[in-house]
Amino acid sequence: MNDALAIDLAALSAEAGLPALLDELERDLVGLSPVKARIREIAALLVVDRARRTLGLASAAPSLHMSFTGNPGTGKTTVAMRMAAILHRLGYCRKGHLVAVTRDDLVGQFIGHTAPKTKEVLKKAMGGVLFIDEAYYLYRPENERDYGLEAIEILLQVMENQRDDLVVIVAGYKDRMDTFFQANPGLSSRIAHHIDFPDYEPGELLEIAGKMLSGLDYRLSPDAHAALVEYIDRRRRMPHFANARSIRNALDRARLRQANRLFAARSGPVSPEALMTIEAADLRASRVFAQPGGTP
Amino acid sequence: MRLTQGTFSFLPDLTDAQVRAQVEYCLARGWAVSLEYTDDPHPRNTYWEMYGQPMFDLKDAAGVMAELAACRKAFPNHYAKLNAFDSTHGWESLRLSFIVNRPKDEPGFELRREEGAGRQQRYTTRSYATARPEGARYD
Repeated sequence: MNDALAIDLAALSAEAGLPALLDELERDLVGLSPVKARIREIAALLVVDRARRTLGLASAAPSLHMSFTGNPGTGKTTVAMRMAAILHRLGYCRKGHLVAVTRDDLVGQFIGHTAPKTKEVLKKAMGGVLFIDEAYYLYRPENERDYGLEAIEILLQVMENQRDDLVVIVAGYKDRMDTFFQANPGLSSRIAHHIDFPDYEPGELLEIAGKMLSGLDYRLSPDAHAALVEYIDRRRRMPHFANARSIRNALDRARLRQANRLFAARSGPVSPEALMTIEAADLRASRVFAQPGGTP
Repeated sequence: MRLTQGTFSFLPDLTDAQVRAQVEYCLARGWAVSLEYTDDPHPRNTYWEMYGQPMFDLKDAAGVMAELAACRKAFPNHYAKLNAFDSTHGWESLRLSFIVNRPKDEPGFELRREEGAGRQQRYTTRSYATARPEGARYD
C-alpha cells in the first residue's frame, strides 16, 4: 500500500477519546485484567475500523454480545453498567443506556404472554445494552412447558438481526452458565465475547475496600488496616465468600459498629476525625474473628 | 384520492429515515409513541385499532421502527398512523400524529346529498371502500 495514504492510528484514537477512557477504566476497576483486555481490543477495533473506512476498505459493525461469568461479587454487574457507557463512547451504542432484567421481566405467566413481554423489554433496550442477570434461569429443563425457551428464541432473533441496535450481555455464575450454554448452543454461538471474571486476590480486595471507604469519606486507622488485612485473609477461607460483595458488607457492618461506638461514648463534641475513622475494634468485633484461626 | 390526516398532511408521505427522525424527536421529549391501523379512514373515525401497546420508556427509535415494519407486514393494505402521546400534566394528549402506511388503491369518498323537508339538503360523506366488510376493503 502507498505510504502517502498511511493513517496515524494514535491521532485517531486520541480523537475518539480512547486514551482517557482506558485510563479511567484502569483507575476505577481493580484487577479484572481479562475484562480490561477485551475492552482494549474492542476499542482498538473501533480505531482500526475508522482508519479502514477513511481508506474505503470494508468495515462491518462487530458482534458485541457478551457473556460475563464468574463467582459472586466479582464485578459482573458493575462492569455491565460501565460497559453501556463505554460502548456509547466508542460509538457502538447510539444511546448508551442499560436495561437490567431478570427472568421475571422476560418470561410471562401464561400462553401468549411471553412474546409481547420480551419484545417490550427488547424495544426499551434498543440503542443501548440489555443486561440479563442470572440468565440460566431462562431455561428450566425440568419443566418442558416452561415459557423461558420462547423468550430465548425471540432474544436470539433480535441478537442476530438487529445487531446494530442492541448489545446483549448475559451474566451468571460460571458452572450454571456453562450448563445453560450447553443446552442452548444457539445462544452461545451468537455471543462473541465470553469473558470470565477471576476471583480477586487479597491485595485487590484491600484496594477495593480502600476505594469504597474513600468514596464514602471514611478512613481506616493503621490498626484497623491491619485488622482488615487479617479479616480478608480469614473471610476468604470461609464458605459463601462473595469477593467484593463480602468486603462491602463487612465495611457496612463496621460503619454500623463505628456509629454505635461513637454514640455510646457520647461525652462532649465529636471531631470530624473521629467521625471519619474506623478503628480496629469496629472490624475485630466481626464473627469472622470469633472462629479460631479463621478456619470454619 | 390520497387521504391526508394529521400533522404532516400537506407533505408527501415521509420516508423511513424521516419517520425515524420524527420518532427520535418524540422520544427526546419523553412522549410515548404508539401505532394504530384501520381500514375505515372516515375523518370522523377517531377510533383506529391499536397495533400493540403504546411504547413507553423507549430510548431509541429502533424499537418503534421494528414495530412499524411488523405492522406494515401484517396490514400492508390498511392505513396506519403513528401517534405520540405527551403525558405531561396539562397536556395529557396527542402531540403528533401522522400517516405512515396507506393502501395501494385509495378510492376516496362519496358525497351524498339527501333531500329533507322543504328545500333542506343534508350532506354526508362515505368512503367507497367501506361498502365491503371490514378486512376486505382494500384487497
